[in-house]
Amino acid sequence: MRSRGLAVAIWLAGITLCVFQIGETRFVADFSAFLPAAPTPEQQLLADQLRAGALSRVMLIGIDGADASARAGVSRALAGVLRADPKFVTVNNGANGRFERERELLMNYRYVLSPAVSPDRFTVKGLRAAIGETLELLASPAGLLVKSLVTRDPTGEMLAVIDRIRPAEGPRLTDGVWVAPDGKRALLVARTRANGSDTDAQALAVAAVEDAFRKATATEGAAAASARLAMTGPGVFSVRARAMVEHDVTRLTALSAALVIVLLLVVYRSPLALALGFVPVVSGALAGIAAVSLGFGVVHGITLGFGTTLIGEAIDYSIYLFVQVERGNKDSDESWIGHFWPTIRLGVLTSIAGFSALLFSGLPGLAQLGLYSIVGLAVAATVTRFVLPALLPERLRIRDLSGLGLRIVAIARRGARLRTGVLVLSLASAAVLWTHRNGLWDPELSSLNPITIEDRVLDGELRAALGASDARTMIAMHGATADEALAAAERVGQHLDALIVAGKLGGYESPAQFLPAGATQRARLDSLPDPQTLRTRLHAALEGMPLRAERLEPFVEDVSRARSQGLVTRGQVAESALGIALDGLLFVDSSGRWTAMIGLRAPAGASASIDAQAVRGAVAAATVPGALLLDLKAEVDRLYAGYFHRALLMSAIGFAVIVLLLFAVLREPARVARVMAPFVAGVIFVAGWHVLGGTRLTIFHLVGLLLVAAVGSNYSLFFDRIATRSNANIGATVASLALANVTTVVAFGTLALSSIPVLKAIGSTVALGTFATLVFAAMLAKLGTVTLTAAGGNGTIRRRDDAT
Amino acid sequence: MMLRDWLFIVLCWSAQASSAADFDVDKLMDLLRGQRPEKATFHETKHIAILERPVESSGELDFTRPDRLEKRTFGLNAERMVVDGEVLTIERGGRKQTLGLREHPQIAVLIESIRGTLAGDRTALEKTYTMTLEGDMQSWRLMFRPKDAALATLVSRIRIGGTQAQVRRVEIDEADGDRSVMLVTPATP
Repeated sequence: MRSRGLAVAIWLAGITLCVFQIGETRFVADFSAFLPAAPTPEQQLLADQLRAGALSRVMLIGIDGADASARAGVSRALAGVLRADPKFVTVNNGANGRFERERELLMNYRYVLSPAVSPDRFTVKGLRAAIGETLELLASPAGLLVKSLVTRDPTGEMLAVIDRIRPAEGPRLTDGVWVAPDGKRALLVARTRANGSDTDAQALAVAAVEDAFRKATATEGAAAASARLAMTGPGVFSVRARAMVEHDVTRLTALSAALVIVLLLVVYRSPLALALGFVPVVSGALAGIAAVSLGFGVVHGITLGFGTTLIGEAIDYSIYLFVQVERGNKDSDESWIGHFWPTIRLGVLTSIAGFSALLFSGLPGLAQLGLYSIVGLAVAATVTRFVLPALLPERLRIRDLSGLGLRIVAIARRGARLRTGVLVLSLASAAVLWTHRNGLWDPELSSLNPITIEDRVLDGELRAALGASDARTMIAMHGATADEALAAAERVGQHLDALIVAGKLGGYESPAQFLPAGATQRARLDSLPDPQTLRTRLHAALEGMPLRAERLEPFVEDVSRARSQGLVTRGQVAESALGIALDGLLFVDSSGRWTAMIGLRAPAGASASIDAQAVRGAVAAATVPGALLLDLKAEVDRLYAGYFHRALLMSAIGFAVIVLLLFAVLREPARVARVMAPFVAGVIFVAGWHVLGGTRLTIFHLVGLLLVAAVGSNYSLFFDRIATRSNANIGATVASLALANVTTVVAFGTLALSSIPVLKAIGSTVALGTFATLVFAAMLAKLGTVTLTAAGGNGTIRRRDDAT
Repeated sequence: MMLRDWLFIVLCWSAQASSAADFDVDKLMDLLRGQRPEKATFHETKHIAILERPVESSGELDFTRPDRLEKRTFGLNAERMVVDGEVLTIERGGRKQTLGLREHPQIAVLIESIRGTLAGDRTALEKTYTMTLEGDMQSWRLMFRPKDAALATLVSRIRIGGTQAQVRRVEIDEADGDRSVMLVTPATP
């Protein structure tokens, strides 16, 4: 009894620690968790981009409804509110191309920022050409814009700088704001300060947009009353996905728990037994979450969703204990432990073997599911074995289910005549799988995405309208410092310029265009003459021109000041349009290196695409070590294919481990085959069922199939026990299996109701698969060789050979 | 006096009165709207304070209803400027620059007067300017002043003169004393 007290004490301490750990846990829901940890540099870069890159922080906003001028008004008001909100780095609606805020900064540093500044520019000839051009501009309608600057900036460096940072041609303008090509939707692009994967911050940003939209429509009055807000983007999607996950997890967990509770209450007729039955489940779930929290730092919402599945399997252990133990018999606890525990232990081990496949899948998301399941099941089983018996009162009265079990046995015996049917069904399912072998697995990563079709369509429309789809091809360069990375980007940029001229590239966006490397800035400063030299040259340059050199004294002063004030730094531009443009193009990556990203644009023309070979050549010619060309779409596809194969391989290994484990314990090949036949048939059957129903299998169906094997092996092992052991209480055993399966079907069946692909796939697969496995196991079990003996009211079946 | 005579005099007088007030902004706008758009050539002289002598340029104007105006400047200072709806495109020296008029009201204020006049669009004109009309159909002059106070500190007035449905002269006086005069000649078909 002392050891039991000790077990309870350890359990209580463990649960307390788990609860404490869970209290410290951060829960996330972004689906980049289902991307691999970091196999190749390209994929690391991709994962970084998806988690924290500029792309991940883009929010696309559309305003529908009302009329064009109301939409434009709302767009302006919305942009105004959001620009004042520190949650957003930029908000662009087409009406902010004037760079008012940074005019002064750009003006001050124009001689280090302007790409036109070179020693030639400040010779007599260069000055004459540059000033001549400015005077021509002065005569044009745009002259009004530059007139006030002419005496300070006669060479037009300010315009050259603004030209650089002005975004490439944007969407159509109507009433001064961006609109969709059909003009029926106003468009805005916002970039959040927080990473796209920081779902909490993204949720705040989404709420801020919704709130600002309400304010904007209110200020625009009745005309704007029918305006509607549409939002997409990675952050928006992760917020919606989390809401869906939370909604489904809460709702479905409650539903499946309620169903299982009602079911068990009806069966046990004892609230105490019910409560005790959940002790292993809750312990396992808490330990599982705590383990994931410790191992991964964060817990994914999907992992929590998986919690319901644990109800399905872990509740089985207490069901086996309660139903199989002959209550009222003082020694029966001990006898249950002696008789049944080895079988359950083997079942737990096979389940763990199956889930190990997930643990080593290389995907943080799936690894979380694996760790959660392994720890959860191990703890649930251990608690059932060591703690639950200690908590049971002396006389726990639950309904005797042996009678029910015997009726099931009778049905199974009749069904056993259809034993060949199992083989036929398995072969037919295998044939279905074989004929569909080419389209069996879904190669699209998007099949895992919980985003609704409507949202995906909307996102596609907004992206197309904003021309935001261009940023899929990038070149990444690294450096120990920001300046090194910028210098590398400059070198690559010089080689890309040649490709633009050759028409092989439409253009590019490089951080060095916004913040030149230190050496480049230094060279520009060095090309500025001293005041006296400049005055002399101006006199010569303006010979015969309608502008007198004396008028340009402010210019001489500015040049002189530029020479003395030195270089512009990252810190100085941080809050300006330059800093905004740099955001996402120059950053410290997850390995601590500075990374510069150059985004490439395809040449004009609908069918034109980037000549990847030529770009690769240019990158090579720039001799920047470690520069990578990254095609986001292609890389994502490659990534999914890669991890899918790995998951398949891991599943195969998990399966092999299950087989080895069964061999090690059961030892006879025939017996192993008998144990495996039902769940192998179950797995093949449910896979065939899905394929026949037109579903292409995803990695989550694979997880479901592993669960079928893991849970199904428990059933097989019990039937094997009945077939090979004496003193088996067949009625109670079969009844407990039936009850365990019903709870599993109920728990996973509810998951199948989810709108989240992950939960739906696993739920439907496991519910159907385990039920099929139990039926197959009952049919294939040699129940025909056992007979009923009238051994009292509990309807014990004893094997015939046992009676002799 | 017979009542009938008195009536006659009243009728004559009122007819005459209406004849004197016959030419007003609406009439001019109707006239301009009825004009079939045609090509014209222009010669422009800009007086800019910091420059020693005026800048001269010439080229072609091309208006297409309802709101597209193209101005092609030839010679040394070659340039093509198109204002279409709200978008202004300036091409010069192989470079193309696109500006939104709404973002650059200081440019829009220069362009809207001539475009609105060519279009005969009183509503559009009165959005931006207060307008007064002088003269008669043979020789009229519209004077525009920006309504917006900030714009009025840049552009003090714009005067557009013409005869019948043809614009002949555009004068822009900027607040700092710089001014430009553009003479327009309808191209002979």
